[in-house]
Amino acid sequence: MTAAVSTLEIRNLHVSVETEEGPREILRGVDLTVRKGETHAIMGPNGSGKSTLSYSIAGHPKYTVTGGSITLDGEDVLAMGVDARARAGIFLAMQYPVEIPGVSVSNFLRSSATAVRGEAPKLRTWVKEVKASMEALEMDPAFAERGVNEGFSGGEKKRHEILQMALLKPKIAVLDETDSGLDVDALRIVSGGIEAVRAKGETGILLITHYTRILRYIKPEFVHVMAAGRIVDEGGPELAAVLEDSGYDRYVKAGGATAPAGAGAGAVS
Amino acid sequence: MVVIDATGRPPMASGAVPRPLRSRNPLDHGVPTGREEAWRFTPLRRLRGLLAGPDADGKVSVTVSAPAGVAVEQLDAADPRIGRVLTPADRVAAFAMARAGGATAVTIPAEAALAEPVIVHLHGESPRTAAGAAAGVAYGHLSIEVGPFASATVVLDHTGSATYAGNVEVYVGHGASLTFVSLQDWDAGAVHVGAHAYSIGRDAKLRSFTVTLGGDLVRLNPTVEYRGPGGDAELNGVFFTDAGQHQEHRLLVTHTPRSCRSRVTYKGALRGDAAHSVWIGDVLIEADALDTDTYELNRNLVLTDGARADSVPNLEILTGEIVGAGHASATGRFDDEALFYLQSRGIPPAEARRLVVHGFFAEVIDRIQVVEVRDRIMATVAGRLGETPADDSAEALAGAGPAGA
Repeated sequence: MTAAVSTLEIRNLHVSVETEEGPREILRGVDLTVRKGETHAIMGPNGSGKSTLSYSIAGHPKYTVTGGSITLDGEDVLAMGVDARARAGIFLAMQYPVEIPGVSVSNFLRSSATAVRGEAPKLRTWVKEVKASMEALEMDPAFAERGVNEGFSGGEKKRHEILQMALLKPKIAVLDETDSGLDVDALRIVSGGIEAVRAKGETGILLITHYTRILRYIKPEFVHVMAAGRIVDEGGPELAAVLEDSGYDRYVKAGGATAPAGAGAGAVS
Repeated sequence: MVVIDATGRPPMASGAVPRPLRSRNPLDHGVPTGREEAWRFTPLRRLRGLLAGPDADGKVSVTVSAPAGVAVEQLDAADPRIGRVLTPADRVAAFAMARAGGATAVTIPAEAALAEPVIVHLHGESPRTAAGAAAGVAYGHLSIEVGPFASATVVLDHTGSATYAGNVEVYVGHGASLTFVSLQDWDAGAVHVGAHAYSIGRDAKLRSFTVTLGGDLVRLNPTVEYRGPGGDAELNGVFFTDAGQHQEHRLLVTHTPRSCRSRVTYKGALRGDAAHSVWIGDVLIEADALDTDTYELNRNLVLTDGARADSVPNLEILTGEIVGAGHASATGRFDDEALFYLQSRGIPPAEARRLVVHGFFAEVIDRIQVVEVRDRIMATVAGRLGETPADDSAEALAGAGPAGA
């Protein structure tokens, strides 16, 4: 058994990207705690820093952490390489999964499961495991022989991301706009896959989304609003309902400097 | 004239597939200065004098292992089978023919269906100088004939070290099917210049794989001609060009009879300072070659700075009555996002790079049915990827962390 609680702690995180005009600060002091079994939604307008946060957690080299910390059960995540973070239990479902021509899905899944679990899964149980997970996501078995994300439709890419999450069983899963570009059927299937992982209670989920649509399928316990590189409001599921009605305008107008009073009806966790 | 071009550009030098002079007499071929189209990419001084046709002072041994029924013989220089397919188009090939003093001939009888491949092992036995350069010059000539309706696999396996000018003639009989692999797995410092001429019979099929991994300079010149309609030639190639290596593949497919097909697929990876690959894909569709179907593709993966890939497809079409003719050429960098994606799934950087390169080559290498050869190529590529420090981009990914807190 692993430790009873897996906790991702983000403290005062500052992140910059390199631009032609020099470094530009995108995250300006983000604080967030996600525990195993919890589901958090991060919502916010375009350009608020949501994707930067998710890539920074995963360790994308484009983003430079200039201050603050990220730890997983007290371990310094920022000191780990990208692959080590994944092996430590962090998973990022990407908004735009990358094509890797000539590398089959089955080869890829087995390579990543071997890396994350520390040993090659036994072939017999592995085949069953993959098959069951694919069936749950209504994926054709022939899918496994295709090149990773090669010629996948938007829905297939997102199902493939959730398939990986189901197989890698991360402690913390960051889902970066997994709902974007999905039609209603695909959204239902993908949400079902996320819900199945969540129901096991072994994974803390950080659901990053622009829209409230996916929150009809997946109910977060915590909702955070991000604007201009900070978390500007926090609350329970009812905050999502407020956002559904009124959008992000007031956060954008406020410039992200302060949380508008009364916007978060629930208690800040 | 109908030109279909997958790159969206008009074919380069349209209407200008070169017609080189063909002669067995070396002196009929001018001494290149390096400005000629055929030589402009080749570092002439690294040919170690092969253009002058020096006397042989080195050795490339030829060992053939062949299943029963296959004839292996030594032809003397006057044998009419020498020069039946190949008439040299440059000085080196002409000198090789003149100085090889005959040829090793492999003949697969009509209607034979070989269960095992014919393996021709060419091993350079020339001592290396202190500077690491192959000193000994050697000439060689191979003549391979596949009888009508036979099916066979022939593997040429080049290893060791030499300065080698070697010609290969391949005569594929009517209705025959040949898988042909030429593996250039030379030691560092070897020089290999070769003309590989294929003649495809009526309704015959050639599936060839040219795999260049080793050597200091390798320059191969595969040419295909058809003797009747229905011929089908698949020319596949793989090269891995490391720091300082020059690997050049110059292909010419000439469609003369009607209803023949050609497919050219070359994939190369380059790495390190002064790694240089050259791919020239010339296809000529002559006036009577109705219903021709041709497509050629070269893709190069540049793994580090300092490497250079030249890629020139060239298509000349003298009849509009064809099924299709096209070409594509693309040279790109390692996809950092692909490496990030793999690493974000726990896969260590070195393995991620191997997967990406493997995937890149898989389209070609997975078609090689000879398992031992296929595995050896992949193992060699994997080994070369693992043996030196990663390139900058991969390092950045591996060590991604805070720049300062």
